[in-house]
Amino acid sequence: MKRRTLLATGAGAAMAAALGLPARAQDKTKVGFIYVGPINDGGWTQHHHHSAMEMVHHFGDAVDFVYQENVPEGPDAERAITQMALGGADIIFTTSFGFMDPTINVAANFPDVKFEHATGYKQADNVSVYSARFYEGRAIQGTLAGRVTKSNKIGYIASVPIPEVIRGINSAYLHAKKVNPDVEFKVIWIFEWLNPAKEADAAKALIEQGCDVVLQHTDSTAPHQAAKEAGGVYTFGQAADMAEYGPMPRISSIIDNWSPYYIERVQAVIDGTWSSVNTWDGIGAGMVGIGEISDAVPAEAKAEAEAMRDAIAAGTYHPFTGPINKQDGSAWLAEGEIANDGDLAGMFFFVEGIEGDIPS
Amino acid sequence: MDINPILLLAALMVASTPILLAAIGELVVERSGVLNLGVEGMMIVGAVCGYIAGHSSGNPYLGFVGAAAAGAALSLIFAVLTQFLLTNQVATGLGLTMFGLGLSSLIGQGSKGSPDLTVSKLHIPLLADIPVIGPILFQHDVMVYLSVAIVAGVWAFLKYSRAGLILRAVGENHDAAHALGYNVRAVRVLAIMFGGACAGLAGAYISLVRVPQWIDGITAGAGWIALAIVVFASWKPWRLIAGAYLFGGVTVLQLNLQAEGLKIPVEYLSMAPYLATIVVLVMIRAGRAPASLGKSFHPST
Amino acid sequence: MLRLEKRPQPSKNWSYGAPLLAVVLTIILGMGLFAILGKDPVIAIKTIFWDPVFGQFAHFYRPEVVKKAAPLVLIAVGLSFGFRAGIWNIGAEGQYIIGAICGAGVALAVYPYDTRWVLFPLMIVAGALGGFLWAMIPALLRVFFKTNEILVSLMLVYVAEVLIKAFSIGLLRNPEGYGMPGSRNLRQYPAAANLDLISGTGFHWGALTAVFAVVVAYVMFTRHQFGFNVRLAGQSPRAAGFAGVNANKLIIVCLGLSGAMAGLAGLFEVAGPSGQILGSFPSYYGFTAIIVAFLGRLNPIGILLAGLLMALTYIGGQAAEAQLNLPSAAILTFQGMLLFCLLAVDVLTNYRFKIGKAEVR
Repeated sequence: MKRRTLLATGAGAAMAAALGLPARAQDKTKVGFIYVGPINDGGWTQHHHHSAMEMVHHFGDAVDFVYQENVPEGPDAERAITQMALGGADIIFTTSFGFMDPTINVAANFPDVKFEHATGYKQADNVSVYSARFYEGRAIQGTLAGRVTKSNKIGYIASVPIPEVIRGINSAYLHAKKVNPDVEFKVIWIFEWLNPAKEADAAKALIEQGCDVVLQHTDSTAPHQAAKEAGGVYTFGQAADMAEYGPMPRISSIIDNWSPYYIERVQAVIDGTWSSVNTWDGIGAGMVGIGEISDAVPAEAKAEAEAMRDAIAAGTYHPFTGPINKQDGSAWLAEGEIANDGDLAGMFFFVEGIEGDIPS
Repeated sequence: MDINPILLLAALMVASTPILLAAIGELVVERSGVLNLGVEGMMIVGAVCGYIAGHSSGNPYLGFVGAAAAGAALSLIFAVLTQFLLTNQVATGLGLTMFGLGLSSLIGQGSKGSPDLTVSKLHIPLLADIPVIGPILFQHDVMVYLSVAIVAGVWAFLKYSRAGLILRAVGENHDAAHALGYNVRAVRVLAIMFGGACAGLAGAYISLVRVPQWIDGITAGAGWIALAIVVFASWKPWRLIAGAYLFGGVTVLQLNLQAEGLKIPVEYLSMAPYLATIVVLVMIRAGRAPASLGKSFHPST
Repeated sequence: MLRLEKRPQPSKNWSYGAPLLAVVLTIILGMGLFAILGKDPVIAIKTIFWDPVFGQFAHFYRPEVVKKAAPLVLIAVGLSFGFRAGIWNIGAEGQYIIGAICGAGVALAVYPYDTRWVLFPLMIVAGALGGFLWAMIPALLRVFFKTNEILVSLMLVYVAEVLIKAFSIGLLRNPEGYGMPGSRNLRQYPAAANLDLISGTGFHWGALTAVFAVVVAYVMFTRHQFGFNVRLAGQSPRAAGFAGVNANKLIIVCLGLSGAMAGLAGLFEVAGPSGQILGSFPSYYGFTAIIVAFLGRLNPIGILLAGLLMALTYIGGQAAEAQLNLPSAAILTFQGMLLFCLLAVDVLTNYRFKIGKAEVR
């Protein structure tokens, strides 16, 4: 272990020399990204990469940009991150939950390198964590879904049972129910973030069971295609705007927009003001983008959703405002009470009215 | 209950088509005495080539043609290695999958498609209007019927044609077939290429009809399932349909039960198709494999 | 016309020369591939094959190669027994996963137990037993029902993948993990961690076991009756029957042995380099090991070398991805080409090329 620590100091210049590259200029900041998927996955990784490119564009020549795609979680991730640190990166963004322990392990060996881990909960002196309040966007989707549905059956393609996904289901359900007390949610777990064939099958199953709105927490456009073929079914873009499926079936979207955060954090490294933080931003900070609501949505519903978006952005409305009961009927939030971040971060229950169990 | 059995059965046919296509190709390969474990690799190369051919020409059927050609071309690597350089078939097949997965991703980089390219569903006159049976059987796209037609064709070929007899003879005893003057290698190379073409079609069905889009790794293990079904069917074409539809059926049913909100341990349920295959395998006492399956052949031996 | 003629006996020279030729061929083909992708082919090849072993940062990469090779060699040696006997265990990946689940399960069940000399051996036993029992399913089905073991063992890989995914969000989920998937990290659990035996070398208990397995397998194949029986059964099942080899017993022993060794590999991986039971734990070591077994020609020493070479292409490949921004698919393609070449040149050991028509015999 000690040896690696020794290695870390001044290793970058040595590696550059080994590769026959010119020693890196003092004023250039090297920014690295570790991705879990391919950069063209159309969803999660593509949007991190897209945001990273916007960051690079913003700084121009002031930064050196390196990335590695398709990095498996586990020991391979640890090696990839180490390699990047050895390569002289000043700040490394690791963009998948499964990179948490590897990031923490590597960070311990490279105290001078800054690390930013997405969606995790382990912080260190040189490791920040950041995540987005996607449930804010889900509140808007729920409102729209409740307004446009005619069958009152809303399908939800869920990925992996973790608090982020559960928050999304709860938020969407609460807001759909608010505008349309008759709605019923049908949830299918596919246990993967991206599997187009399974997503397509799940969407078809939901549609065949009478759902005319399909929400997804998975990354591919396959559910949109299924909805388009079925006709008369509404969908929402996930991670990407997926505007090519608008105005129908795609009526709006949640867009992952990491670039303001990336620009801010890299700027902090350049300025020498970087410190470890825990960031959880939403619509207000621009981390969660709401894609254009299409004309397939009635004007009043559109206005209502936009008003909610603005209220959430302004901080005057919180999607988890009481009274809210848990699925078993026990009270969670009292009238007017707002959920605290701790409860939200570990949320592992459905709210009252949702059928079915969370797999665990 | 919101499950509509008619729609469920119709969905099952679509979900099963790719594995059926890939499996019928592999069945012919194995009946000729060759074990090609590279189905997944050929499928995914077919998926990407079909996608590109279909979207650049604007005609999905040209996409299928391109996919079949690409699958056959890739299988040629396997054919040359195993038939002429006598490499081990298990290892070469695994290598083909690896190579295909990598190659497909390289080919597919930056490929763009339009959501408007669709394969239209047929509405077979009269038949499609029969209640219950019509929507289940007679309102699909042409590839669903083609897959069944290929199965029927393979069955007839193996059972009634002279060429089919030779193919079976080669698979049962390549030395005897050689002694009778048949060109064992030529027969096998053709069988392997047929298998590759079918796997290519199967991949393109995923990227052009079932999903339809191109993403790295889109076949997601369907090629392995196709391999399983061949053994499941004990190398008999008609049983292949039962196997493929059973697999597809469990997958689709699982999703439907979830949507129904039934309290089932869904995270464990996804292993049901695999366990079902094992159970059926035990029950039917798997039919006898072609005797020369997986063995290398050299004329001098 | 070019044709092949079988050599009276395998060529000694070519059995050493062929792998070298294959590497040269792959390098030429690979350089073509990298050039098409717009990268400097010489630098790419150097990054993959040279830098991890001799480059500036070799002291970081060498232990990584060892860590990557250890499970591959361990599993492949186990598989080589069955493959020689004509018993096809394609499901080592499943046995590897179950070994990891069982081994980690023992440690997590008694968390935070702190007596290492009790716990760690127990985990090793559990890992081996898990893999063994998982392999017994195809073995017993084959013995009692004549069910095809290739298929059953392959199906069980998918079952194992479902199980580890389910356990990572259910039974074995870290209770202090904020509802996120994944177990506690065994590397931060001193009594259970499989750390380097000599710090910084990558040589952990799994690597030691792999080397031990290579030695034992070598002795078995060259000196022991069991090794002879295995070879006989593979070459001529009927002759083996006459010689008194019990075919069913051989199936059980070969599958059990390969399962136990794959299970061990899984345990050492989950307690060491990986650290966690996670849905993404399966990393196809079980399948790659099949390739390694064949590349090593089912010979223990060959497997050791093939495992190291395969590991090198992984480590060097990943380095090339990072340094040259090669797409990861290029490395996968390159590995496929390497495999094809290694398999193809093998023909030179047993055959020679002749020009002209076959003589009439």
